[in-house]
Amino acid sequence: MRKVRVLVAKPGLDGHDRGAKVVARALRDAGMEVIYTGLHQTPEQIANAALQEDVDIVAMSILSGAHNTLVPKTINLMHSLGLDDVSVLVGGIIPEDDVPGLTRAGVAKVFGPGSTLESIVAAAKASVRRTVA
Amino acid sequence: MSVVPLPDLHTESLVAAACAGDRRALSRLISLVENDPAVRPAVLAKIYPLTGRARLLGVTGPPGVGKSTLVNRLVGSFRAGGQQVAVVAVDPTSPFSGGAILGDRVRMQERAVDPGVFIRSLATRGHLGGLSLATRDVVRVMDAAGFEIIIVETVGTGQSEVDIMDLAHTVIVVSAPGAGDDIQAQKAGILEIADVLVVNKADRDGADQLVAQLQMMLDLAPSSSGADTWRPPIVRVVASEGTGVDALMAAGADHAAWLAKGDRMAERLNRRAGRELFELVAHMAANAARIAAEADGQWMQLVADVAARRLDPYAAARTVLSFLSAGAVGR
Repeated sequence: MRKVRVLVAKPGLDGHDRGAKVVARALRDAGMEVIYTGLHQTPEQIANAALQEDVDIVAMSILSGAHNTLVPKTINLMHSLGLDDVSVLVGGIIPEDDVPGLTRAGVAKVFGPGSTLESIVAAAKASVRRTVA
Repeated sequence: MSVVPLPDLHTESLVAAACAGDRRALSRLISLVENDPAVRPAVLAKIYPLTGRARLLGVTGPPGVGKSTLVNRLVGSFRAGGQQVAVVAVDPTSPFSGGAILGDRVRMQERAVDPGVFIRSLATRGHLGGLSLATRDVVRVMDAAGFEIIIVETVGTGQSEVDIMDLAHTVIVVSAPGAGDDIQAQKAGILEIADVLVVNKADRDGADQLVAQLQMMLDLAPSSSGADTWRPPIVRVVASEGTGVDALMAAGADHAAWLAKGDRMAERLNRRAGRELFELVAHMAANAARIAAEADGQWMQLVADVAARRLDPYAAARTVLSFLSAGAVGR
């Protein structure tokens, strides 16, 4: 029996992981296996962890404003490792104007402040691209 | 970097790629072995001849004593020696949702970009022995892939999560001061399976008392006398700072050397192989007998008879087993 596996990561320098932990907990309660990697992750660390853990989803929480740099860089590294069927979700303080750019970079869904846990869990489930037995 | 093509999911090509150093294939193969009991026999048939080469270390102990931090240090020491290291970190599955939060990587972040290290988090998925049922075979996949050292970190354990004893060559049991009553409880449990005892956070108050307690426990253990017994050394460590890790590496090497003398290793491996074989036979026979009894339409009737107390469970089990015939097993 396969479980949906999600990597929850905090790339970059901001030190607030309350939101990421709440989301991790919600995904767990939805029956997923959540690999929580903690603060201050580099794009390289995230892409490698996603490969080693064979996850379906990489969920990144960014409050620092560096999303336009960190997210495309992480996605590019994931592609270079062959992780083409792993979907990417981003949450945090993301200005509305930046959403189209992130979507073009390959993000399945962006969650700004006020997003409900229900909507995040639903989007996570919908974003899984590999078959779940 | 160039784009790596997605390895196809055929078992055979995955095994070949994983053993040739393709980490993506290795990761996929581990998932396959973890998720699909039906393909496990085929994978094992391919990889089993390649296993038995890695040195297997187990790290266990109560929650919060610093197992992951210690594993991170051990990985660093083995890497400094040039060895390829794989880590399996097990965390518990929630009995309510079936989900899990696997957080051991938090203490091993710096290793994520080292090409000589491969870390995989596993959830227990309802198994209670401190590991998941698939852990043994996941370790075998890593062994076949050529990792020289494989470290298995169990869930935070209490008294009876002793699966690791049947998997690792050297079991490191970690304790920390401030959990004094836990030590009492552990006496009859996981402390007995230790090959090396670590007192982590040894710079804290209570470390001396903890070491003394452990010494006393070892003195009282029935196996502490006799020429051919191994007395677990007690190593003081401050994993967060790296203090004592060299001494722990030395203690582990001593145990490996002790194990390598005479027939000790062979006896240990033989004992395990016997237990594993019995478990597999029991599992396969039980499944086959049940399937045969169901095909005959008798299973539900026997279950109902036991429930209604028309038949005792032992007699019913004998009847189910009587459906076993040559060739029925393993289908």
